Amino acid sequence: MAIILEVRDLKTRFYTVDGVVHAVNGVSFDLAKGETLAIVGESGSGKSVSVMSLLRLIPMPPGRIESGQALFYGSDGPKDLLRLSQKELRDIRGGAIGFVFQDPATSLNPILTVGEQIIEIITRHLHLSRHEARERALQLLASVGIPDPEVRLGCYPFQLSGGMRQRVMIAIAIACNPQIVIADEPTTALDVTVQAQIVELFKRLRQELGMALIWITHDLGIVAGLADRVMVMYGGRPAEVALVDELYDHPLHPYTIGLLGALPRLDVDESRRLVSIRGTPPDLMIPIQHCPFAWRCDYAFPRCWEEIPPLVEVRPKHMAACFFDIERGEPRHDGN
Amino acid sequence: MLRYFLIRLGQSLALMFGVLLLVFMMLRVTGDPAALMLPREASAAEIEAFRERMGFNRPIIVQFVDFLSKAVVGDFGESLHFRTPAMTLVTQRLPATVELAATGLLFAVLIGVPIGMMGGLKPGSAADSLARLLALMGQSIPNFWLAMLMILFFGVQLRWFPTFGRGAWNSVVMPAFVLGLPVMGQIVRLTRSTVLEIRSEDFVRTAYSKGLEPPVIYLKHILRNASIPIISVIGVQFGYMLGGSIYIETIFAWPGMGQLLQLAIGWRDFPLVQAIAIFTSTVVIALNLLTDLVYAIIDPRIRYGF
Amino acid sequence: MASETSPRPADSLLDIQRTWWDRLAFIGRLLWRDKGGMLGLFLFLLVVFSAVFAPWIAPHDPLEQVMEDSKMPPAWSVGGSWEHPLGTDTLGRDIFSRIIYGSRVSLTVGFFGVLIAGTLGMIIGAIAGYLGGRVDSVITNTVNLVLSLPYLLFVVFIAAIFGRSLLNVILIFGITDAPIFARVTRGEVLKIRESGYVESARCAGASWARIVFDHIMPNLIGPLITLATFEMSAMIFYEAGLGFLGLSVPPSVPSWGNMLAAGRQYLTSYPWIATFPGVAIMITSLGMNLLGDWLRDVLDPRLRRARK
Repeated sequence: MAIILEVRDLKTRFYTVDGVVHAVNGVSFDLAKGETLAIVGESGSGKSVSVMSLLRLIPMPPGRIESGQALFYGSDGPKDLLRLSQKELRDIRGGAIGFVFQDPATSLNPILTVGEQIIEIITRHLHLSRHEARERALQLLASVGIPDPEVRLGCYPFQLSGGMRQRVMIAIAIACNPQIVIADEPTTALDVTVQAQIVELFKRLRQELGMALIWITHDLGIVAGLADRVMVMYGGRPAEVALVDELYDHPLHPYTIGLLGALPRLDVDESRRLVSIRGTPPDLMIPIQHCPFAWRCDYAFPRCWEEIPPLVEVRPKHMAACFFDIERGEPRHDGN
Repeated sequence: MLRYFLIRLGQSLALMFGVLLLVFMMLRVTGDPAALMLPREASAAEIEAFRERMGFNRPIIVQFVDFLSKAVVGDFGESLHFRTPAMTLVTQRLPATVELAATGLLFAVLIGVPIGMMGGLKPGSAADSLARLLALMGQSIPNFWLAMLMILFFGVQLRWFPTFGRGAWNSVVMPAFVLGLPVMGQIVRLTRSTVLEIRSEDFVRTAYSKGLEPPVIYLKHILRNASIPIISVIGVQFGYMLGGSIYIETIFAWPGMGQLLQLAIGWRDFPLVQAIAIFTSTVVIALNLLTDLVYAIIDPRIRYGF
Repeated sequence: MASETSPRPADSLLDIQRTWWDRLAFIGRLLWRDKGGMLGLFLFLLVVFSAVFAPWIAPHDPLEQVMEDSKMPPAWSVGGSWEHPLGTDTLGRDIFSRIIYGSRVSLTVGFFGVLIAGTLGMIIGAIAGYLGGRVDSVITNTVNLVLSLPYLLFVVFIAAIFGRSLLNVILIFGITDAPIFARVTRGEVLKIRESGYVESARCAGASWARIVFDHIMPNLIGPLITLATFEMSAMIFYEAGLGFLGLSVPPSVPSWGNMLAAGRQYLTSYPWIATFPGVAIMITSLGMNLLGDWLRDVLDPRLRRARK
């Protein structure tokens, strides 16, 4: 499958008065056309920052992208997103790449109508008149499942329910036929029943529009029926990358195993108890020179405290950053 | 919207009543309003006669009802100094004060909002330093003192502007500038901090994620949201200017209500003082009501009673 | 995720695990980094110092009239002498000494005014915020309405009725300024109530006193100290304004406002008489505003992080 986005060695830091936060410490991943990649991790794992960094949507200052490359294979050849001019970047934001954020209550401008907020992105990127943009906005609202689009167009965000607002956000994200949609915890702020509806909506839109989707979440459970591939992040680095079924069947990183263990499942026998991962995420103020998970890892051995484990392909199309061979139950000996 | 307006109207009327009660009580809290209003050397017989004439010897409730019923039609008695109805004297002075305060406010807004906005958008930049400096100066320089220095320098030495009175077009420049200066400081400060705050709101990030051009983001998304607190402060500050103009009008001999108030205090002409206090409060309350209506126009959440 | 776009929550200055000594040291470090705050503190301490040690600093008795020395310009201009560094007024009193003593009036008014306003406002605001419901809505509405009145006008009006005395001035400011403190206190109390940690402390069996002193006070104290600084500065300002109109302390008392009022009559012939008290007001006000700005930044960790 053709690659649409290729991220290499991305590093982002925040220079605050209290110190330097090493939020993203070398993230690399690929995204294929039409593929859905889930990026999973707990708060502070760098999952949001790494994706938001790509389009410089982090507060700068204090944030700074230290290094990396993000090749976007758009309609007019590959471009490094991190080296685009502000103007080129603006053309891509909202155009070729759309966004859905976590909390629709705060992510929509409270004093502009829903229609205005959809129309402004359409007129910005597509060469349509205001009237045509309005027509398109109506279609978009209908396609994200909002009843009575004519009426809703004139509504303000506070007049809509949380789920409706998120549908509006999605309408904005897909307004200009993006090739990639980045959804940053799009269901976290919603009720459980609404969550499922939004996930279904994404699946349908993905089918209809053929866009690639990056789905950032802390909830490995939601990923199963949605993603093609999963990247688990920890301490600002990828811990494990695999196709979704492969990851569920053969988790290789102790952190992933922990995450899966913390997940309620119906298909495993009832004697297995829900487990939580002990300890807390690492303090990103201190640059870590060893495996960031070593503190919390049951399998850590001296090497884990000496080197940073690189991300290597352990099984076919399945990469993990761990020195311990979980399948054999002993440290890995393969030169890495 | 109508409900909101009626509630605010009701509050304004309640406040008006409060103001009347306050003024009425104040003049009587020291004990004897007759003694307060007459010269210190007045004889006991004179005081007694005055008390009789003004009705101060009636029960306090009767006095208040009488005061209220007259106040409703704008009757606050006669000025002791001019021997004419106090309210007429006050309203004659209104245009001068409004001219001064409006010019000062215009200056404060036209300079304060853009500079505060630039500072808030780029914290730490040169524009931000300027914004912070202006805000600090506006707050720290006593404007009645600055007025004197300006008279000395621009009036007496350079002869650019008239030093007192209301006449030629340029006579309003200096008093309006000094009257507007603290307000400008306030507006710069508030605009800066509001913009700084709104800049990091989620919906601004959304606006960036849509690829909108910076001017659109600044004006449509940031400034429009920031204008809600800014407008409220402008309303409050206009009231401050109407009250604060007492210093500036006195220094520049500007024939407005502030100067009249200062003179009336000197003459111990309390019917006049009372009329000014009540009238200015009424204007300010009306302005606040107006501000709230403007609010509702900008912010749909208020309009729809959310 | 908020915790990701903004970095790790910084240790709060008012973190209850810290000792008071830690906090002081921390404040010192932050102060050193902020030159504006340093300047503010310096100017403020300068004024406090001159008020406390006025008799030792002032070269002359501020009330002493030496007619043959009257209307003397400042030392650096023609006809001046270092005997009277800032010159003398029309009654031959030393302006420098009067300014030094004038700081006593300003600081007294500012300090006690804020003390009264702060105490009253805190009580009212805490009641409103804690009780909520109807009591809250009555108090909040009243406070909002009072605050929408033309403040200066009423201060002038009340001062004109009560007459000139230091106590009156303090009481006027103390009472008229209380609503601002009430509003801020109420807002903070509400925030604390909603945040839920008071509830958790109560569940954990913390005593009433412990909740108030360990959980509520540390959160209230920051905003209130900041507000107090700004309000004190404003009161010093307004006191001078009242003095300027002849409505503050009696004319015999050396206060900056009184000096301005006296100097205004001789503005064109002897400009220095009105100039220097104004400079004194400006320095004090500048110092307190800088200090207030800095305190606000420091006491609000959220703001502190937002700055570079």
